[in-house]
Amino acid sequence: MCKGLLGKKLGMTSLFLPDGRYVPVTVIQAGPCVVTQIKTEATDGYNALQLGFEEKRASRTNKPMSGHFVKSGGTSYAHLREFAVDDPAGFDLGQSVGTDLFQVGEKVEVVGTTKGRGFSGVMKRHGFGGGRKTHGSKSHRIPGSVGCSAWPAKVWRGKKLPGHYGVDRKTVRNLEIVDIRPEQNLILVKGAVPGAKSGLVRINKPKY
Amino acid sequence: MQAIEQLNREHMRMDLPNFGPGDTVKVHVKIREGEKERIQVFQGVVISKRKGTTNATFTVRKVSYGVGVERIFPTHSPAINQVEVVTRGRVRRAKIYYLRKLRGKAARIKERRDY
Repeated sequence: MCKGLLGKKLGMTSLFLPDGRYVPVTVIQAGPCVVTQIKTEATDGYNALQLGFEEKRASRTNKPMSGHFVKSGGTSYAHLREFAVDDPAGFDLGQSVGTDLFQVGEKVEVVGTTKGRGFSGVMKRHGFGGGRKTHGSKSHRIPGSVGCSAWPAKVWRGKKLPGHYGVDRKTVRNLEIVDIRPEQNLILVKGAVPGAKSGLVRINKPKY
Repeated sequence: MQAIEQLNREHMRMDLPNFGPGDTVKVHVKIREGEKERIQVFQGVVISKRKGTTNATFTVRKVSYGVGVERIFPTHSPAINQVEVVTRGRVRRAKIYYLRKLRGKAARIKERRDY
């Protein structure tokens, strides 16, 4: 059994379930992924599948990569990721892996890249409270004091300050699968998933 | 995007009749009591309709024993068994919130007659 899939976040909406609950869902186009390489204990020291997602034009593939893709049927893929697998013997190169990996009601974890926020201040980046907006205050969104004086005579390492925020790999765990549409390769997951629309996400089976 | 629109459409109720602000409606709501399910009717005037896909709602107001009661229904909720239009009302506004301040005779709404 493969431990996950690659997908594309299509966006969010809210739906009524048959039991009457109204739940927010993220729609993920998951797969179809294709096995492009099989790694086994004997050859690589661990068991894994390399999955390819989203076909790519051959003219956009460089020669080393097209040489790699020839082994799994010749079609090029834009994204390649490795997934752990219990028994690699059950898979063939070029085999398609799809949404049948998951069941409705199962809990999964979704990994994505968060939206980039550029150089952000401490209120957005670290959730600082900020200063007063009125009554003569001039400290609206500034970080305030960054430490003590003569001792330690430096700013402690790791102090929360403004800086680049976003574009991080984030994992959201325990997302319930609300619905699966195998004919459209859609997985509907309850709640939000990191990243912008059309961002690449990884849907993993929970580790524990 | 198309996939999401299609999903929304699947989860929307197209079977409800066309009604709008000023109309008096009977909303048949399914109510679960433990294992049993029964239907309760809420009759009143539609005072607002909020547009949207699956998140559309409408507000029904009635005066019950002298107390104004307003209930907001999600238009596409499976808990709504059916909506009956009792009378069509002629109002000039999309949101007839002014009805809240009116009592008795003043709170009447003219019936709409369009043939």
